[in-house]
Amino acid sequence: MPSTYTPIATTTLGSATPTVTFSSISGTYTDLILVFTGSNATSNNGLRLRFNSDSGTNYSSTYVYGNGSSAASSVGANTTGGQIAVDINSTQATSIAHIMNYSNTTTYKTFLGRGSSSGTYADANVSLWRNTAAITSVTVLLGGGTSNFSVGSTFTLYGVKSA
Amino acid sequence: MLNTLAGIIASSGGAAAAANDYESIATVTVGSGGSASVTFSSIPATYQHLQIRALVRDDRAAAINNMTFRVNGDTGANYTQHALYGDGSSVGAFGNASTNLTYGGFIPSASATASVFGVTVIDILDYANTSKYKTFRVLSGFDANGSGGVRLYSGLWMSTSAMTSITFDSETAGDFVQYSSFALYGIKG
Repeated sequence: MPSTYTPIATTTLGSATPTVTFSSISGTYTDLILVFTGSNATSNNGLRLRFNSDSGTNYSSTYVYGNGSSAASSVGANTTGGQIAVDINSTQATSIAHIMNYSNTTTYKTFLGRGSSSGTYADANVSLWRNTAAITSVTVLLGGGTSNFSVGSTFTLYGVKSA
Repeated sequence: MLNTLAGIIASSGGAAAAANDYESIATVTVGSGGSASVTFSSIPATYQHLQIRALVRDDRAAAINNMTFRVNGDTGANYTQHALYGDGSSVGAFGNASTNLTYGGFIPSASATASVFGVTVIDILDYANTSKYKTFRVLSGFDANGSGGVRLYSGLWMSTSAMTSITFDSETAGDFVQYSSFALYGIKG
């Protein structure tokens, strides 16, 4: 059986920055998995993805979250990024995002995110990029992109290839 | 062992598996005629855990459907499940005891926005163990720009038999449509 789940690239921030982009992603794999650990140096924001530098209102998200005392669900339509975690603040948070069949040119792109933010939320997110283009770059940002990720935040992109 | 645990954790909340511990076993992509069900059979017992990663839509005459799965062709009331879900405005939970299937995904159907597919990641732990019941967990959902839903499921197959096949189906009168795809992976121990 062919081995897979291959690290494509990793970035650890040496200075606070608002976006991290993985570019020139080949169509070699079936799915992409993004692993984020880090925090927000500016404010509290959702963790979002954009693809192929598309900053238009071509994304949407549905998510469910609990804060330790209650649970809720919300939706964001026509947003400028698809959410993969509800809240990234000054304390450590994680998110794992699954970008499924990213290089197919037939379907819109649906992606899942499981976020965990210490002291605030545990959450599950599903998001959509309304575009049939193959994804060749992934940009990670906080909210609308004006907040900075903290120094030491780590972003790793993996590729999974099916038989 | 560490890599095995990491591989499972990676599907929803942790580090990544070492590359050599995670292998592709088989993939099914639905063709132009659609498919009423998808089965992975003759699954080798050589792994510790399984993961299924799927992109799915069906042709039920509605906007949504549930994707189900059964193990080893068992259609008896030998499954249990629990769910936590959100649809964008409300959150809910449910459980079912002694059912004849378990949920494996939340998918769009014929009247959902065109080109939208649901996605699901299913982890099946200790699938070949012959001493304990088999436990599943699922992260799934789809979004259609203002509608959709996200689901967390846990499931149990009350059998100590080793799992050798898995069959996916639509819960209510639907065939999987073209471009739906199901990929089975094995994670070594």
